[in-house]
Amino acid sequence: MNRRLLPLAVTMLLFVGMAVFGAIRYDGFLSPQVFLNLLIDNAFLCVVAVGMTFVILSGGIDLSVGAVIALTTMISAALLNAGWNPFAAMAVVLLFGALFGAAQGFLIQRFALAPFIVTLAGMFLARGCCYLISTESIPINDATYASIAQARIPVGLDASLTVGALIALLVVAAGMRIAHATEFGRTVYAIGGGESSARLMGLPVSTTKIGVYLLSGLCAALGGVVMTFYMLSGYSLHAVGLELDAIAAVVIGGTLLAGGVGYVAGTLFGVLILGIIQTLIAFDGTLSSWWTRIVVGALLLLFCLLQRLFEGRTRRTA
Amino acid sequence: MNRAQRLARHALFWPATTLALLLLVCALFNPSFLGIAWQNGHLYGNLVDILNRAAPLMIVSMGMTLVIAVRGLDISVGAVVAIAATVAALMIGGSFSASGDVASRFPLWIALVTALGVAAACGMWNGLLVVKAGMQPIVATLILMVAGRGIAQLLTGGQIITVYYAPFYALGNGFLLGIPVALWIAAALWGLLHLVLSRSALGLFIRAIGGNPEAARVAGVRSSAITLCVYTFCGLAAGVAGLIISSNVKSADANNAGQLLELDAILAVTLGGTALTGGRFTLAGTVIGALIIQTLTSMIYSLGVPPEVNLVVKAALVFAVMLLQSAEFRALVMRPVRNPRAGAA
Amino acid sequence: MNDNAIVLTARDISRAFPGVQALAGVELTLRAGEVHALMGQNGAGKSTLIKVLTGLYAPDTGSIELLGQAVTPRSPLHAQELGISAVHQESHLLPNLSVAENICAGRYPHRPWLRGGGIDWRETHRRARELLAGLGIDLDVTQLAGGLPAALQQLATVARAVSTDARVLILDEPTSSLDADEVKALFALIRRLRDKGVAILFVTHFLDQVYEICDRITVLRNGRFVGEYPCARLDTHGLIAAMVGRELVSAERPAAHEVAASGSTPAVLAAKNIARRGQLKPMDIELRAGEVLGLAGLLGSGRTELARLLFALDARDSGDITVDGKPAKLEQPADALRLGLGFCPEDRKESGIVAELSVRENIVLALQARMGLGSFLKPAEQRALAEKLVAALGVKTASIETPIAQLSGGNQQKAIIARWLATHPRVLILDEPTRGIDIAAKQELMNEVLELANGGTAVLFISAEIEEVVRLSDRIMVLRDRAKAGELPRGADEDAVFSMIASHS
Repeated sequence: MNRRLLPLAVTMLLFVGMAVFGAIRYDGFLSPQVFLNLLIDNAFLCVVAVGMTFVILSGGIDLSVGAVIALTTMISAALLNAGWNPFAAMAVVLLFGALFGAAQGFLIQRFALAPFIVTLAGMFLARGCCYLISTESIPINDATYASIAQARIPVGLDASLTVGALIALLVVAAGMRIAHATEFGRTVYAIGGGESSARLMGLPVSTTKIGVYLLSGLCAALGGVVMTFYMLSGYSLHAVGLELDAIAAVVIGGTLLAGGVGYVAGTLFGVLILGIIQTLIAFDGTLSSWWTRIVVGALLLLFCLLQRLFEGRTRRTA
Repeated sequence: MNRAQRLARHALFWPATTLALLLLVCALFNPSFLGIAWQNGHLYGNLVDILNRAAPLMIVSMGMTLVIAVRGLDISVGAVVAIAATVAALMIGGSFSASGDVASRFPLWIALVTALGVAAACGMWNGLLVVKAGMQPIVATLILMVAGRGIAQLLTGGQIITVYYAPFYALGNGFLLGIPVALWIAAALWGLLHLVLSRSALGLFIRAIGGNPEAARVAGVRSSAITLCVYTFCGLAAGVAGLIISSNVKSADANNAGQLLELDAILAVTLGGTALTGGRFTLAGTVIGALIIQTLTSMIYSLGVPPEVNLVVKAALVFAVMLLQSAEFRALVMRPVRNPRAGAA
Repeated sequence: MNDNAIVLTARDISRAFPGVQALAGVELTLRAGEVHALMGQNGAGKSTLIKVLTGLYAPDTGSIELLGQAVTPRSPLHAQELGISAVHQESHLLPNLSVAENICAGRYPHRPWLRGGGIDWRETHRRARELLAGLGIDLDVTQLAGGLPAALQQLATVARAVSTDARVLILDEPTSSLDADEVKALFALIRRLRDKGVAILFVTHFLDQVYEICDRITVLRNGRFVGEYPCARLDTHGLIAAMVGRELVSAERPAAHEVAASGSTPAVLAAKNIARRGQLKPMDIELRAGEVLGLAGLLGSGRTELARLLFALDARDSGDITVDGKPAKLEQPADALRLGLGFCPEDRKESGIVAELSVRENIVLALQARMGLGSFLKPAEQRALAEKLVAALGVKTASIETPIAQLSGGNQQKAIIARWLATHPRVLILDEPTRGIDIAAKQELMNEVLELANGGTAVLFISAEIEEVVRLSDRIMVLRDRAKAGELPRGADEDAVFSMIASHS
């Protein structure tokens, strides 16, 4: 049992290590709000990364999530400015995200197409649709959205969370539950362990594969809704490159890219680590923000190499 | 099988036909589209434009073709373009001078060679991760894609570096014997590859590695070394493209140079008929694929359709080609054609 | 022999794939409390029949009746619900899930709605433990399946298959990777299930296992039903005759083979203390020019592992390799090729042929690889070489440009041997070259091997058919449990080999 939790432990240790490093080096780093900001500023990434975790667990990949986020913000903005009820608009975009993901999943499953190319084309398509709606940024003036964006949920003495951050936490909790207590979740792990074996065992592999991409699309749309609260605008260039951050968060969180092994809780820590890197760089003040990309890339490399080592050792003993 | 059927079965049939159709549609909407004239000492016209603009994509796609043929993938080519452009621009440097007389910091050829060297090193880095560390190609090249652009942005401080040294512009804007220099470079690269592939066993080895990596290894093919070379070449090709692109806009833009280029390259390779699963490949098909993409862009522009439609059309194309390459899809579509009485049974 | 109640009847089952009629009018009758063997050569249709019974394929014609009711399994899950369970040749446990999960996957017990409705893990573990205990298997159900040894994984797979109250259990080559003790444990389990009244269909190519555990045999040949026989009334000879279709001519002495007296010729290739952790214990081996060294042993004894180490396909942990008495650098297959070695792998689909390439390209591949990128076999030279070898070995192909995937298994194998012949090897390692090939082609191949040896090549010949090894070899090296059991001279018979394997344990 313990060996399975090792990657998760490594991730958590890394996070704690970085937090300690920051606390020693900078004043005010350990304030509660700084930590909550990690989640607040990356709430949409967190939501998307949970969906991405399931896709990667099943052995696939979803490169369209950033584009779906942008498209969600565009559709939301367009609907709201046309006078739609804000909650109806949210329902529509969530449904859209789910259908978009399901369509991709159907193509992957039914025609045995490689996930990366289908979702790559999906990314093209979604971004293209963004541009079709508008090439400019569309501000959102809806009162409900504005009040949600400004709402603060007090946590402890003088720290607070946003609605978006709360949604992110709920999504993580839901993800953990799905992964460990539902047949769907366990089938996802099974597919990651060996798709043909899972099929021969009689598991519902086909429907689960489609379901995984549906879930990812839904999470992307939900992430888009959260981003809409955060940015209060729809813009085609939102979330460019976000899929890479999501993949990085999942990998750093301990999920094997080959699939079958990993925890949703790890993804939360992966997101927090990405956030803390940015915070450390911001606190430093002298480093430019480009360093974030480089450090993320280096961490990704490190974790991938560690995963290869881990796989190599388990294959030898089995 | 009669002559027409044999023609239709040729590997290049569909890409060539698609390109021809696109050009036809363009010509229908704009009668002067296919016209080529001689102006200002060089060839001039929409076709020349398409060829010129497609040159960097052709070059990158040729590198990508070989990588895909060995069952690999390189999504970092866009980042490598940015890096190469940045290195060259920084080394050439120079500043604006009213007299128009600008010297470069380093001799031009040193700057170019260094930029290409760095690009090749990036390719080699990807290759080492895939071959030595055994990482999945998409992950290995993802790392450089994420970090590489960051490095380029770091070097330029996020600013666009303008190059004032005139001889550098020749790469992307010059003409030789009336034909764009960029096109000469692309043609030279294609010619070189063609020579190497037909006069040596490299083509056979690549197809063996992509067709069945384990069998190739057992047969004594030096798979690791060849795969490493292929990735290095892909990086080098991206470097060449980066130099042409930055020369064309007379600057290095670390943020945007090469953005989405990897997707276009993969699309070009796929359109040209090379299977994403590796093995058989066609360089000629890739070149045609790159031309298709460029023609599409031109067509959309000349039709007066907003350029935003470009991405949607590319997406539709990728879906179409993917499905056509899928055996399951072909079986689904062909079945009613083959057994029209099946429904009645 | 008492007639138990009939559980399953399959009648007139046919199934075609593009280009091949896999099954034509096949019958099968399974009875409760009986172990029924399904036998046939490679390509006889056994796997296809099983896939039809378990719902993976729909039959073109025919019907299946289970306990008197007509059924049409639509998927493995549906077949399981009907009561037909299978352990396929390619099915494995999911290594990343626990044993309990593997057993209960798809049928997890859930907590009641009021307590959350999620999977009840404690109950899952309890059920798995109970099931395994009932079958006499003692395992920690919470450990990951990937950590179990192969034999226990196999037992757990069977446990899962019967956990659905199966009336019919199908086992497709369950003993391929088990050693003798593990086979005993599996057979004990099978007998226990049989006594509970399950109808068991057992597919294997080990003749002795058939007679050890089965009550009846159904034989298929080329997709057709040959007959159903009670074991007591069909001896080995009759069984082989039914499978192969003609009376097997008793082994012909192969073409006369000259061999220099052992010890007088220096070893072309010698390895001292060659080993790899977990795969092969340290051993010595010598290959001499013009000699056929047979490598005999049961499955899992390490024969393929030794071959792969000699050819540097796997990295050895220890061992000094000398060629012609001089130490040699042998770290990757390209080195082996350069030293004049050749290797025909066991699985020609996976490691032998490059399916997309033509026959010509497959044949010239190794030679070209040895020549490197510096020199190039011109197309005309390639064609001449390929034509010559195709004619010499009798490879049946429309032309040398045909994609090799279109050739039959036997001809593909000949093409791979042609590939190595083109390099004029000093040492040729043949790992199961006759597997999955019809009798006529087998004979031709074996003659070719002897001609090679006559020409001065050192041959390492590996085969699961000990009888073949005995017939062909000048010397036999016997392996057992990944260690060397000993060597036997020419003229030793199968019993001598069996004794050596048995006595070493």
